[in-house]
Amino acid sequence: MSTYRYLCFLLVSMLIPGIAWGAENTVHWMTPHYTFNRTTVIAGARYFADHCMACHSVSSLRYEYLRADLGMTKKEVEEDIMLPNGAAWKGQIVSPMPPDMAAKWLGKPPPNLSHMDRYLGSKFIYTYLLSFYWDPARPSGWNNYVFPMVAMPNILAPWGGTVGPKGQVIFPGRLSPAEYHKNVADVVAFLRYASDPSYFTRMAIGPYVIGIMVLFTILAYFLKAAYWIDLKKKRK
Amino acid sequence: MSRFSAWVNKRLPVDETIREHMTEYFAPRNFNILYYAGSLLLLMIVLQLISGFFLMAHYVPTSQDAFASVQGIMYDTKWGWLIRYMHVDGVSLIFILLYTHMFRGLLYGSHRAPRELVWVIGYVIYLLMMAEAFVGYVLPFGNLSYWAGEVITSIMHALPVVGPSLTTLTRGGPGIGSATLQRFLALHVVLFFLIILAAIALHIVALHRVGSNNPDGIDIKKHKGPDGKPLDGVPFHPYYTVKDLFGVGVWLTIFVSVIFYAPTMHGVFMERTTFLAANPMVSLPDVTPPWYLSPYYAMLRAVPNKYYGIAIMITSVLLPLLLPWLDRNPVRSSRYRPVYRIMLIVAGISFIILAWIGQEPPLPKYFLIERVATALYLGFYLLLPFVSMIEPTRPVPERVTG
Repeated sequence: MSTYRYLCFLLVSMLIPGIAWGAENTVHWMTPHYTFNRTTVIAGARYFADHCMACHSVSSLRYEYLRADLGMTKKEVEEDIMLPNGAAWKGQIVSPMPPDMAAKWLGKPPPNLSHMDRYLGSKFIYTYLLSFYWDPARPSGWNNYVFPMVAMPNILAPWGGTVGPKGQVIFPGRLSPAEYHKNVADVVAFLRYASDPSYFTRMAIGPYVIGIMVLFTILAYFLKAAYWIDLKKKRK
Repeated sequence: MSRFSAWVNKRLPVDETIREHMTEYFAPRNFNILYYAGSLLLLMIVLQLISGFFLMAHYVPTSQDAFASVQGIMYDTKWGWLIRYMHVDGVSLIFILLYTHMFRGLLYGSHRAPRELVWVIGYVIYLLMMAEAFVGYVLPFGNLSYWAGEVITSIMHALPVVGPSLTTLTRGGPGIGSATLQRFLALHVVLFFLIILAAIALHIVALHRVGSNNPDGIDIKKHKGPDGKPLDGVPFHPYYTVKDLFGVGVWLTIFVSVIFYAPTMHGVFMERTTFLAANPMVSLPDVTPPWYLSPYYAMLRAVPNKYYGIAIMITSVLLPLLLPWLDRNPVRSSRYRPVYRIMLIVAGISFIILAWIGQEPPLPKYFLIERVATALYLGFYLLLPFVSMIEPTRPVPERVTG
């Protein structure tokens, strides 16, 4: 990306993240590769609890739903997901960081991620998480190609590595890029579930509902045919 | 007849109504697939009433809680997601049916004399549905709701003299807030909805007064058998009730497929920006209306002046009301009017193109398409009075075909 184009993009994108959609040709959007199933989402939920939940809430979800929707056991949820701060089993998944304090420390309160996937899309979140680069001019030391001047630091740097503004690796991460990308994709899968929690229920009962409707349609067709046949006879 | 039904019928015309509107209402026997839309619309309205009832039981009309209460329906209420998707996707499916129903009317001349009032009442229902849909999608108070409410109510601002005060009255204050949500909820579930129901009743009564049209656009009452029944007509019940039942099956299969497998229809039935809570500080990249209002929005944008744009938009919304009188050809159905058919199809395609453009950001590359499509769409109405007087027609059959 040429400096000029980058500067233009920077200026435009400073206003709101959403405008980055309009500048799609300047960003190379990456598609997260994952199979969207319970295993991936559970892996994403664990990863989310370990790395994101200190700041970010997914308050539309409740801990209990991870059992009901994903099939985790209560013990697993309590040990792996729930924070040791007395979170309630039926309570919302809320970060322990008080929003007003967070705003003071980081400049902006970390957004609630409940609907982020449906709002920005999986591609955006995935590309965003992989687009941090080292920028000493920023208070946090981090900047982002997809969301310039973002307040969030690259919390996953120890695993994914530190990258300079031109893509050069400053510190390699603890994980291989393939492993790291898989972890990020899992988080994206979890956020997709968080924004659309009825997904697994819909997929489970959808075929039966459609089956019943098709059966009804077939019966209705024969009923119709039975009535209309004598009309056709009459005309002959 | 049992004594009970005799007792009831003496006091309430149950049997008489059933005879008049069902068993002895003669509909032409050659209805095609487009004729399913009418009965399906009735079904969909009832489904909207049912799903809307449950939604309203959980909805909180304040700017503070509206978004959260809707998310509570989606996450915390048993089967809440099903009810909400039914209601939201139902709107888009209703508009698909409405456009099919109206296009079918124009295709076979069902709006022509003696059915002018059927058309006018039906068109008023369509206008009310647009208003109903608009106040409805402000209610969940996502960011799209907020900005759409802001933009649409600001259109009223352009009215001379009363504009500003009317805008304040509609919003219940200088901006979109709790007062707006409360009056929009009242409009959505009481005023608009009741008028829609009443208008639907009138639409059906007016239709049954003059009888249904058919794809050939000819009068089936001209040829009656010795028993006084139209030779080309069949009793609505049982013939069309069982046929419509089959249509209901097909349509509900489509409906549940949408609800279960594509509830947001990739951002067409539920836009991305509805998933962010209303935020006056975060303006949208571009406020686009839902797909079913988008042709008019594209026409508004086609004119680079707010007042003329609004004038064009209002004209395009109201012109179809005059269609029964704009068309002066004695032949009704487009089957026997090749020129009219081409004009109608061109207008239809322009309308679809405008629906697509209205969803795109206002970029210069679309301006030409937008203006040409607007001209073609409005041209249909403006040319019709003249073309219909001189266009060639094919011979119309005496009896219905097919």
